[in-house]
Amino acid sequence: MKLLYFPGCTLKTSAKNLEKSAFAIANALGHELVEMDDWTCCGVVSSLSDDDLMRHLAPLRNLIYVEDQGENKVVTLCDMCCNTLKQTNLRVKNKKDDLETLNAFMDDENDYKCTVDVVHFLEFLRDEIGFSTIKKMVKNPLKGIKIMPYYGCMLLRPREVAIDDAEEPKIFSDLLVALGAEVVDNPFKIECCGSYHTIDEKELVSRRAHRITNFAVERGAEAIVLSCPLCRFNLDYRGKEAEKMFDGYKQIPIYYYTQLIAVALDLDPGVCGFNQHVVDPTLLLKKKGVLKKS
Amino acid sequence: MKKKIIPKNKEISKIVFKKGELAQEVIDLCGENLYGCYQCGTCSAGCPYIEDMDLTPDEVIRYILLDRSEVLNSKTIWLCSACFTCAERCPRDINITKIMEALRQIILRRKIDRTRTVDIPKKEREIIPQIAFVSLFRKNIG
Repeated sequence: MKLLYFPGCTLKTSAKNLEKSAFAIANALGHELVEMDDWTCCGVVSSLSDDDLMRHLAPLRNLIYVEDQGENKVVTLCDMCCNTLKQTNLRVKNKKDDLETLNAFMDDENDYKCTVDVVHFLEFLRDEIGFSTIKKMVKNPLKGIKIMPYYGCMLLRPREVAIDDAEEPKIFSDLLVALGAEVVDNPFKIECCGSYHTIDEKELVSRRAHRITNFAVERGAEAIVLSCPLCRFNLDYRGKEAEKMFDGYKQIPIYYYTQLIAVALDLDPGVCGFNQHVVDPTLLLKKKGVLKKS
Repeated sequence: MKKKIIPKNKEISKIVFKKGELAQEVIDLCGENLYGCYQCGTCSAGCPYIEDMDLTPDEVIRYILLDRSEVLNSKTIWLCSACFTCAERCPRDINITKIMEALRQIILRRKIDRTRTVDIPKKEREIIPQIAFVSLFRKNIG
């Protein structure tokens, strides 16, 4: 089955490996992610001022482009894109006056008919493929690897657009169990990684990365799994910088869930693009014997 | 309780409100019922940035209601990264995330920016994901 896919800016730059590994696992599962035409920036953060409709234009335009391509579903990989597109979609579905204003404002685009569903790729894997199906296809179980699921914010809040329970999410732990890994729980799994403060408050973000990771390490975690490209950067890059701030602290590797699925399905490790990470994610996998030593 | 001293920003301190105007402007922007807050502190208990804040989120609400416009000089409103944890947990169903945004907007709409793009080092510009830049600019530049 072909699935229309909205990439967003970061999937084409610092998270190329998230895209490549997702494409590979979609193919392995008998599906194809097809990049939508003419996509633009989603706006990244949803407008939180009631009168600020301008900031809904970018996400709405992309939803219109999905309808223009004759589709009623669009899959995203980036948590921030997914959240922003879902929030705008919800707003215009619930507030017809706002939709009319936005439709009237845009001259070149068709009117939005509110037919689109925005789906995170993780949701697609859980709800349409099923983790039990993935489990059956695992050739290379992640046996003996202790991994902490990290959800961050945008998958879980606000609740109207969440893909799982805001306080007790389990989508990653269910997936990890299906892949044969050991789950290490941690109360910081749903706390913000520091987000865009990585630009103007980078020490604060390093402290956040340390807090989130260190607690997991004390409980025996050897790695972290996540889905958001910004969380990956903050935990991986700013986490590495935290080593200079905290004596004896060593940042553990960060994996996208798509990379772990690709490894467990024994796909070509080249699709994982591990070289885009700061802390080398291949060492642990080699040590545990799930990735061949080369 | 010792009064908290918030360092003043010259530009922000020039913004003047008559009694009740600050609360009204916040309510107009965010649509939230600030008067519904009973100061339980749930928002502050769960906030991931609380250690770095000069005012706790529940104090921010109280400051607005008490016409203490120095709240606009607080670091708290810029530290909030809109993670929605407080909004999710508030027992009075008040979206505090939107209140923080309203306070930022009150400043930004008076053409006072928080971030200067030229201050971001070139090396950082090359490695940080774009989603961080778009978010920061949307939160900190009017």
